[in-house]
Amino acid sequence: MGYIGELFVMAMTAIFIQNFVLSRFLGLCPYLGVSKKLDSALGMGMAVIFVMTLASAITFLINKYLLIRFDLMYLQTIAFILTIAALVQFVEMVIQKNAPALYKSLGVFLPLITTNCAVLGVAILNTTAFRTDGITNYNFLDSVLNGFFSGVGFTVVLLAMAGLRMRMEKAELPKSMQGMPIALILAGIMALAFYGFMGFRI
Amino acid sequence: MNFSKELTKGIIKDNPIFILVLGMCPTLAVTTSVINALGMGFAATFVLLCSNIIISMIKNITPPKIRIPVYIVVIASFVSIVDMVMAAYLPDLHKSLGLFIPLIVVNCIILGRAEAFASKNNVIMSIADAIGMGLGFTLSLTVIGIVRELLGAGTLLGIRMTPLTYDPMLIAILAPGAFITLGFLMALMNMLKEKK
Repeated sequence: MGYIGELFVMAMTAIFIQNFVLSRFLGLCPYLGVSKKLDSALGMGMAVIFVMTLASAITFLINKYLLIRFDLMYLQTIAFILTIAALVQFVEMVIQKNAPALYKSLGVFLPLITTNCAVLGVAILNTTAFRTDGITNYNFLDSVLNGFFSGVGFTVVLLAMAGLRMRMEKAELPKSMQGMPIALILAGIMALAFYGFMGFRI
Repeated sequence: MNFSKELTKGIIKDNPIFILVLGMCPTLAVTTSVINALGMGFAATFVLLCSNIIISMIKNITPPKIRIPVYIVVIASFVSIVDMVMAAYLPDLHKSLGLFIPLIVVNCIILGRAEAFASKNNVIMSIADAIGMGLGFTLSLTVIGIVRELLGAGTLLGIRMTPLTYDPMLIAILAPGAFITLGFLMALMNMLKEKK
């Protein structure tokens, strides 16, 4: 299998088979919190894709050239979360200065992303992930692309959830089921649908 | 404001999971069994307690502009301690909780309590708040863990509870079961609140 095949497997795994939200349980706070309206869900999704891709790139370099090189692996958690927090702050400042229009649509979501566990999750998973042969660790490009695809997977289910919840608003429900409980049950049924992808072997 | 009020509010009135809906990722991911739920609950409570103490002690010398990074460093240090201690003394539990131990850093409950409580109150109150919130979190995790383990495996703490004729409902310990169980428990909690 060539590199394109490898990428296809990686994309399918990140988006459908081991979806970050529905099968790995990462990034649930924004998934449940920002899925009430379709346009804010889209904004959040775009911001997450952007930050996850960048964070994968930077944490990969930090891991390889600082932590492993100087035998500082026990500092991984602290180093990664600080990098991500600084990165998000930096991205926010750059966008605010250079692209005010983009800042208007993404700006409010950026600070929330620091505490989105999907970002730290993908950074940590990249350091232990293997290619399909089961021996080769992810290289720089693999990590960046895995970050990107994982972000896409997050956005796909976030948008689907927002669409469903907008329709659910019109449904008649018992009072105790309204709001979060029905959103969770909806998420459960969606996870059940995504379980169908698990049978695929690629 | 008194000590016992701060201590008990986290358990029912401001329960971090059922009422505030914080810290969803570990809640759904690790509650496949009671033992995992307890492990996660106590690990998070320890981090919450230590970080609340430190943050309330340094609240007067923390520059407001960089307070969030300061909090994150404090929390991440304690998470690393928990991670290494668990890897050394409880390797099985550490393995089954896996990625979710380092991810305690981004658990919204801990950062949320640091920002909303410990940075404004003294050390004693922060300790009460941390213990209350931590217990509320642990209790909620355990309840979800009990439901899921009983339905999904027919056991509690690994001991068989159901008759042999019971065919375990495997879905309860898979990902969809986590969402559905929490949804129904939350609805139950809402119903009880309305009745009051």
